[in-house]
Amino acid sequence: MPDVLKAPLVLEFPFTRSLGPVQSAFLTGLRERVVLGVRTDDGRTLVPPVEYDPVTAAELRDLVEVAPTGTVTTWAWNHRPRPGQPLGTPFAWVLVRLDGADTALLHALDAPGPDTVRTGLRVRIRWAEERTGAITDIACFEPYDGPAAEPTGHSGTFADPVTGIVTPARLDYTYTPGRAQSAHLQALAERRTVGERCPSCRKVYVPPRGACPTCGVATAEQVEVGPRGTVTTFCIVNIKARNLDIEVPYVYAHIALDGAGLALHGRIGGIPYDQVRMGLRVEPVWTEGARHPDHYRPTGEPDADYDTYKELL
Amino acid sequence: MSKEPVAVVGIGQTKHVAARRDVSIAGLVREAARRALDDAELTWSDIDAVVIGKAPDFFEGVMMPELYLADALGAVGKPMLRVHTAGSVGGSTALVAAGLVAARVHTTVLTLAFEKQSESNAMWGLSLPIPFQQPLLAGAGGFFAPHVRAYMRRSGAPDTVGSLVAYKDRRNALKNPYAHLHEHDITLAKVQASPMLWDPIRYSETCPSSDGACALVLTDRAGAARAPRPPAWMHGGAMRSEPTLFAGKDFVSPRAGRDCAADVYRQAGIADPRRDIDAVEMYVPFSWYEPMWLENLGFAEEGEGWKLTESGVTELDGDLPVNMSGGVLSANPIGASGLIRFAEAALQVRGQAGEHQVERARRVLGHAYGGGSQFFSMWLVGSRPPES
Repeated sequence: MPDVLKAPLVLEFPFTRSLGPVQSAFLTGLRERVVLGVRTDDGRTLVPPVEYDPVTAAELRDLVEVAPTGTVTTWAWNHRPRPGQPLGTPFAWVLVRLDGADTALLHALDAPGPDTVRTGLRVRIRWAEERTGAITDIACFEPYDGPAAEPTGHSGTFADPVTGIVTPARLDYTYTPGRAQSAHLQALAERRTVGERCPSCRKVYVPPRGACPTCGVATAEQVEVGPRGTVTTFCIVNIKARNLDIEVPYVYAHIALDGAGLALHGRIGGIPYDQVRMGLRVEPVWTEGARHPDHYRPTGEPDADYDTYKELL
Repeated sequence: MSKEPVAVVGIGQTKHVAARRDVSIAGLVREAARRALDDAELTWSDIDAVVIGKAPDFFEGVMMPELYLADALGAVGKPMLRVHTAGSVGGSTALVAAGLVAARVHTTVLTLAFEKQSESNAMWGLSLPIPFQQPLLAGAGGFFAPHVRAYMRRSGAPDTVGSLVAYKDRRNALKNPYAHLHEHDITLAKVQASPMLWDPIRYSETCPSSDGACALVLTDRAGAARAPRPPAWMHGGAMRSEPTLFAGKDFVSPRAGRDCAADVYRQAGIADPRRDIDAVEMYVPFSWYEPMWLENLGFAEEGEGWKLTESGVTELDGDLPVNMSGGVLSANPIGASGLIRFAEAALQVRGQAGEHQVERARRVLGHAYGGGSQFFSMWLVGSRPPES
C-alpha cells in the first residue's frame, strides 16, 4: 500500500459585515467609551443589544446607555490563552451584567488567578488605548470595588458611525486525499496517469476516488490511461482569473484520456486558441517540478470522430 | 391517510441589489419574512416552525444561520431547521417546509432563504486551495461554458440563442420591481456586443452578484381558507441528486433533473408538460441554460429546446413564458435564488405578479438546480387545490 499523502490546508477570508442600525450604534459607542443596550417593550435592557426581541420577535430600536461597571454572573478560567484571544496571560472568561442591564455580556477578566474570581465579583471595563468600533475596544474587564458608575444618558446617535466591520475567518485542517488519490499522485510524479477500474461497471475513474460513485463499490484495480487523449469540449477564457498567471485568451478543455471513463480538465497550448476544436487529439506537456501536466498540446493525429467521445463531454 | 394539501399564502422578497450595506443579514432576512407575513396577514405567533436555507458556508462565512437568525425570524421556542443543497437550496428549503405541512407535523411554516454576496466572495468559496489538486483554471463561467458548447454541438443551435434569452430576461426584469438589474436601455445588439468572457458565454449572458432574501408562508387547507388573498396550491414537488462527476454523467441534460421533473409531473397529473403547464420559472445562471433545461424538463425533445426560445415561445407574451421575473440572469443572491423561482411560480398562479403577470397562469413550474448540475428541486403550483 502506498504512502497516503497529507498536507496542511488553511482557509482564510476577511468577510465583511454590514452592521445594521443596532450593532452600528453599539460598536460606535464602544469607540466613544459608551456602552449601549436596547430596551424591550416590557422594559428589559439587553446588553449586548440585539435587533429583534428573542421573546416576542418585535423589532428593537430603543437604545439606552448602561454603566461601564457591573457584576460577574458566571465565569471559567482560561489556563492557556490562544493567539487572538483578548489577553496573552491566563484570564477568566466572564459573563458580566453591566449596571443598568438585564442580560450579561461575554468578555475576558484580567485577574491574578482563579482563586480571585467569583460569581458576584464587581468589575469594570478597561478600555483599549486605540478604539475602532469593535468588541475589542473593551480590552477586558478588571476587578473594581468602587461605586457603580453613572451612565451619561447618551442617545445612541453618533456623528461618524461605524457601519461595517471586517471579520476574518480562518480554518486550519490537515488534508489527506486518501489512498486512491495518493497512488494517482505518486504515479503522476513518474509522469504516468493511473486511475482505478470499477469492478462492476468497468469504467476507469481518473483521478480515482477509491469507490465508484455510480455503483457504490470500492475500486482497487489500477489502470494506466493516456497519455494521449481527446478534447471533448472546451471554452476560450478571455478574462484573467485572480491567482492564475496565464496569459489570456487561453483554452480550458475537457480531455478524455485514452482508456478513461470520464474527462478531466486542462489547458490546451501549442496551437492558436481559435483553432482548438472538439475532437482534437492532444498529449500532456510536463514541466520540471510540477505535479500536474502544464498543459496539453496537439499530437498531429486526425481528429477523433464525435461518436467516439460524445459520452465523455 | 392522504397528504395534507399545501398552500402558499404569503410571499415576500427584498429588492435585490449589489450590496445592502444598510442592513445586517438579520435585517435582510427580517425584511423578506415581514413582507411574507404581511401578505398572509399573519403574525409571528401564527408561525409553527421556520425552515431556512442559504448558500454553502464558505460563500459568506455564516456557519449557523439557524442559531444567528432565530430571533430575527421569530423562531425562538419553535422548531428551526436549516437546509443545504448548494445553489438549489432555495427550492429544497421550500420543499422541506412543504413536507412538514403535508405530513401534518406543522400547520403553518415560514420558509426563507438569503444571501449577501457583497459580504463575501463566492469565487473564493468555489476555488479553495485543496492540496495536490490543480487549481480551477477558469472560474465559475469557465466551469459551465464547456457544457454550453457541448449543448450547441449536440443540438446544432445557432450561436445567437444565448443572447435572445438574456435580452428577454432583462426585459422581463424591467417589469419586476424586485429584480436587481433594471437595464432600461437594453437592446439585443448590446447583448450581442458585450464582451465574450468564456467563449461561448458573453458578459450579458451571465448572472449578477446580488444581496437578497425571499420568504414564503406555507399552510394547510384550513389556513388557506382563512387567507386574505388567493393561495397557490402545491400539486407536486421533488428533489433529486447525483454526483458532481461520474462516468456517463450528462452535464447537458442531467439524469437527476429529468427524474425530478418526471416525479413532479406524476404527482401533479401532468401528461404533457408543454401543453399542461402555463409558464416556467427556472434557474438559468447563464443564458444557454434556458434551452438546455427546456429539454431536460420535458418541454421539448432533445436538441429542440432552442427552437422554443428562438421562435418567441418563451417570451412573456409567448405560449410558454419562461423566467417572467427576469430570472437568475437579473438577480442572483445565490442562497435565495432557488426560492425566488418557487416564489415567482406561486405569484403567477395567485395572479399577483403585477406587470410580469402571465394571463391565465393556472399551473406554473418552479425549478432550481445547484452544485455541479447535481442537485435539483422543483415544484408545480396551481391556482386551484389539488384534486385528491
